[in-house]
Amino acid sequence: MGLDFTVVPKFFDVIFIGVGWTVAITIAAGLLSFFGGIVFAVVALYGPLLVRLPFRLFAWLFMGTPLLLQLFLIYFGLIQIGIDLPAFVAGVVGLGLHFAVYNSELIQASILAVDKGQNEAARTLGLSRGQALRKVVIPQAVRAVIPPIGNNMIALLKDSALVSVIGVAELTLAAQQAIGRTFRPFEFYVTAAVCYYFINLALEAGLRRIERHIQLSR
Amino acid sequence: MDFDLMMRVFPFFLEAALVTVQLSILTAILGLICGSLGAAARLSRLRFFRAIGATYVSIIRGTPALIQIFILYFGGPQIGIQLDAFSAGVIGLSVNIGAYMTETIRGAIISVDKGQMEAARTLGMSRWQTMRNVIIPQAARLMVRPLGVNINALIKGTALVAAISVIELTYTAQRYIGSTYKPFEMFLISGALYMIIIYVTGRGIAWLDRKVQIT
Amino acid sequence: MSDAPFIEIRNAAKSFGALEVLKDINLTVEKGQIVAIIGPSGSGKSTLLRAINELDPLTSGEVWLDGVQINKDLPFRQYEKHVNQVRQDIGMVFQHFNLFPHLTVRGNITLAPKMLKGLSDKEVNELAEEQLKRVGMLERIDYYPSQLSGGQKQRVAIARALAMKPKVMLFDEATSALDPELVEEVNLVMKQLAEEHMTMIIVTHEMGFAQDVCDRVLFMDQGYVVEEGSPDVVFRNPTQDRTKDFLKKHLQGQN
Repeated sequence: MGLDFTVVPKFFDVIFIGVGWTVAITIAAGLLSFFGGIVFAVVALYGPLLVRLPFRLFAWLFMGTPLLLQLFLIYFGLIQIGIDLPAFVAGVVGLGLHFAVYNSELIQASILAVDKGQNEAARTLGLSRGQALRKVVIPQAVRAVIPPIGNNMIALLKDSALVSVIGVAELTLAAQQAIGRTFRPFEFYVTAAVCYYFINLALEAGLRRIERHIQLSR
Repeated sequence: MDFDLMMRVFPFFLEAALVTVQLSILTAILGLICGSLGAAARLSRLRFFRAIGATYVSIIRGTPALIQIFILYFGGPQIGIQLDAFSAGVIGLSVNIGAYMTETIRGAIISVDKGQMEAARTLGMSRWQTMRNVIIPQAARLMVRPLGVNINALIKGTALVAAISVIELTYTAQRYIGSTYKPFEMFLISGALYMIIIYVTGRGIAWLDRKVQIT
Repeated sequence: MSDAPFIEIRNAAKSFGALEVLKDINLTVEKGQIVAIIGPSGSGKSTLLRAINELDPLTSGEVWLDGVQINKDLPFRQYEKHVNQVRQDIGMVFQHFNLFPHLTVRGNITLAPKMLKGLSDKEVNELAEEQLKRVGMLERIDYYPSQLSGGQKQRVAIARALAMKPKVMLFDEATSALDPELVEEVNLVMKQLAEEHMTMIIVTHEMGFAQDVCDRVLFMDQGYVVEEGSPDVVFRNPTQDRTKDFLKKHLQGQN
């Protein structure tokens, strides 16, 4: 069986919808991972001991195990405790939490680095500890790690392919649907790869703009 | 928590963990070969090889590893490449991690001070003699730790081959979640085994790092 | 052949894009001569020195050493072979020493002779000891560069270059990166080489040293050799205004 890419255009609608869902998942999980990362970082650094310790255990588990395994846990685990989330939501939560843990590690280190000098400066102006953190330390700390967080976003986009395994109808699953009807895996997986490549390029360009923008305010 | 069940399925997970270890070792070796070749291409004097290296890195890092493995395993037969799932998994994962290792190795080599190359060339040593005796020994010290990060990612990345039904740790966990409806227990067993593999590897890398720093 | 100068640079020019860094330079150096090149930073003096051993190849012009053209226009592989060969005859000492940090002092010195001259371990060890004795560093033979002071590193770097038995030694601001109190030990080694009639070309900021040790001084500015002559002429009776300005600035602190 040779290659025949002429079948691909017939499935442009399927692929196109898949691209849309992949973008949607990446944005939703990306936002969750970003804000989740900030919350996790603050909890890990300043939360009460009873919250901090289980949280550290959770982070440690998430960093030491594969994303795919975590997706299975979240998808089937939630069903077991009676929460039947749509696959899309489970996928976003799984991806988002996974990368939130990685972002949180970056932000924690950054907060500690910024906190030293800036906290004192803010406190001498009369800000409370909480105000100093919220208004001075955390915004700076997060800005400083935007580039590595951007790298995590790029990884997140590519790892979004994994949620096809728990039945989220994104680009990879769209390709699989087309393959199911045509038995042409090579053509459609390559098509999906090309789509991912261009989404990735767009994401990188977007991240560069954000980085440039942030450079100005640092 | 159903400890009884956990005890009963543990041997199967242990067996699967051995497959994960095999996958990891083979992928690390092949990945390092891909990474070294990639770095050599990226640093070549000839534009042609530099372009090949840059294209390899860009395509692999711009697309999901899962798709790469699918292209190789499901699409391979269409272009005359028939591989069993395990081989396709190892090759796909190696080519993937090799692109990341290419950048790691290249980064270490170019961060060796350029005065080192000049000094050696001034003595009359050739480019290759200088690379082998002066640059690479110094770059090797710089690359152990970042390659360790790549290998850590690679071990977790082996889970992807569950999607082409290689019976490794994640596939086994998925199967038992499906048959026992005990996702937490199955996650704990497989997670613990992954952590052990990663921990032992991390200690090995740290040991190697100390060793290269001393000499 | 025997009439030809030992080192000859003919009509040397070099540019990086539109920027000309060397313009029509001619220079001859006789065997055993010691030539200093002085001038403001950016004047092209280091570039000229680095052109002699093809680290920064000229855009046009010729460099000859002992009857052999250094900067031959050859296909890549032959060119590489050729420069690897001729560079063995040209020792070079860098501002930042560029010792190999992963090798001991001994390893630094023996690496190239072992590989390029096919000497045995015994022979290269004797060679290393002999050269280290020359620069007064024999007792540090099994140290790593990181365990040495800047002056000691530079003396080892000189020994490493000497171990190739070069016909000429190039010094590219060999003492500029050193703490003031370490400069003298390196200067002493260079003076000793001068007494042994080693041919040397020295790019330096140290006017005193150039005056004491060198047979001839070149003053460069903006890619040109502006003035050239014996140290007495260049330092005491310069004819060009640019030389006078430069010397005024640089001799003030020294006398």
